[in-house]
Amino acid sequence: MELTADLLINALISGILLAGFYAAVSVGIGIAFGMLDVVNIAHPAFIVLGSYVAYFANQTLGADPIVTAFVLSPAFFLLGVIIYRIYYYAFERRGQESLRSLAFFFGILFITEVALILAFGVDYRLVNTLYSSTTWRVGFVDFPLRLVVPFAGSLALTLGLHFYLSRTFFGRSVLAVAQDPQALQLMGVNPRRVKELAFALSIATAGFAGAFLIVIQPVQPSLGRVYIGLVFAITVLGGLGSIAGTMVGAAILGIAESFTATFFGPSWSPAVSFGLLLAALAFRPTGLLGR
Amino acid sequence: MKARWFTLIAFAVALLVVAAVLTTVTNNYFYTASYIVLQFIILATAWNILGGLTGYVNFGSAAFFSLGAYSSVVLYSWFKAPVPVAVPVAAAVAGLVGLGAGYLTLRLRGVFFAIATLALSEVLYTFVVNWDYVGGARGAYIILPNEAPFGFSNNTQYLFTVMALMTAFAVAVARFIETSRLGRGLAAIRDDEIAAECSGVPTLRLKLISTTVSGALMGMAGSTFPYFMQYVEPTASFSLSYSVNSIAMPLIGGMHSWAGPVIGAILLGTIQQLVQVTVSSAWNLLIVGVLLVAFVTLAPNGIMGWVDRWRSRGKRS
Repeated sequence: MELTADLLINALISGILLAGFYAAVSVGIGIAFGMLDVVNIAHPAFIVLGSYVAYFANQTLGADPIVTAFVLSPAFFLLGVIIYRIYYYAFERRGQESLRSLAFFFGILFITEVALILAFGVDYRLVNTLYSSTTWRVGFVDFPLRLVVPFAGSLALTLGLHFYLSRTFFGRSVLAVAQDPQALQLMGVNPRRVKELAFALSIATAGFAGAFLIVIQPVQPSLGRVYIGLVFAITVLGGLGSIAGTMVGAAILGIAESFTATFFGPSWSPAVSFGLLLAALAFRPTGLLGR
Repeated sequence: MKARWFTLIAFAVALLVVAAVLTTVTNNYFYTASYIVLQFIILATAWNILGGLTGYVNFGSAAFFSLGAYSSVVLYSWFKAPVPVAVPVAAAVAGLVGLGAGYLTLRLRGVFFAIATLALSEVLYTFVVNWDYVGGARGAYIILPNEAPFGFSNNTQYLFTVMALMTAFAVAVARFIETSRLGRGLAAIRDDEIAAECSGVPTLRLKLISTTVSGALMGMAGSTFPYFMQYVEPTASFSLSYSVNSIAMPLIGGMHSWAGPVIGAILLGTIQQLVQVTVSSAWNLLIVGVLLVAFVTLAPNGIMGWVDRWRSRGKRS
């Protein structure tokens, strides 16, 4: 394939737009896994669940996916509270978190996927919004709005969470809870409560990420699996426990994937994220901006 | 019981079952269903060597299974390899990949190994889909000649027998590891890795042995799959249901002895065959998922946990 400047710049731009979305996809794992030490591998399944909720609202009420995500974010928050309670009473309190809780979340992932198949079938589903078929052109560079709108939304979500968690008392107690829950208790904060709210927050981001996902591309129930490697690659690459790191990881993955898709064909792009994840685990498990 | 006697008994049981089935059953569906249940016994037993005995979660059973299956496809399209050649080669390939994945990630926290196995599964899937020699996304056919070797009346019965013998072998290996010095080292790692390391257990070496054996057995289970089905395609062979089943079966049966995965696989495998025929395959997957979550939260020691509790109650009274 001929390597031309406009092809290169277009790949770079779509990589950056993709990276913004990837940040929104991974920020929930960044909180749950990076800060709370809850290895929620079912997170991508909740993202796909968010996509289907947005799809359903769009089909029945004609609602915009992102508006749906706003309206339904308390529901996702509540789902997070429930899952954390089960997790706490079944695993964390008994001190046998690792193996069985991994199996637990794996089971949740599988149940969500199969339930979506039973409810909606295995076909790809998509939504039509006011902006999904518009493309801005600046010179020879394309800015398709179906990528630009999720990019802007994702950026707002991730930056908002970053400032919320680094500037408020609650945010700092979230950062503290994985490091030393006992010290936190002495400061008059209930560590279980903090973990519960923060985990619920991470599930609420999955609702938003799901809405962005279905604006960007058609969705089918097992799509979540493709994102497991991606989100863990991003969080590990960027460094656990840092939302800024998550954004850096998302940028690397987004651009790398867009270049692979442009120059080798889209069927190779899943291998990029998983390959980078394996490399990151093998050579720098603390990540680029790790603690 | 000595390991030698256990192995002999395992093979004797397998041969008796095979002899009884071959002389009485002619229904082809019965062979397919039993083949799949046996295949799950191997996968669950292999998973448990790493998961139950060592305490590391492998989410990539489907990847190791497919490595075995696709090794057979390569060998067959290369020189029409017969089954007895394909089985050990496939096991060796899957074992080597297990060793490599373990070497890269087992020095980290256990969680990273689990995530890496998921990633491995997706990377291998992408490679197979893009690899034309093994049929890519279209899949590959293995058409066997009509006459079966070794005097069997057809290939289905031949491969069923091979599968039964491999199952006996896998269970004997799991039992041997569990009762040997190696097994005690692995149990020490599972219970407290740092304490084990401090007491002089060579943890990394034992973990690598464990991943290699576990991966090799999974590859062995997959090696006869393309011969039996005569067709294999990546979406089915890398299906998440293999990974979920090989985790759910030991968890439901009980992870602390070789009997747990066998019980879990027979129980869950049979239920799935029945539901698949009577209801639908999507519902049968939902049942596996729900049972997995229910057991892991409510009965973490599985069916063998109930058995143990019942036994110790009997002793006390």
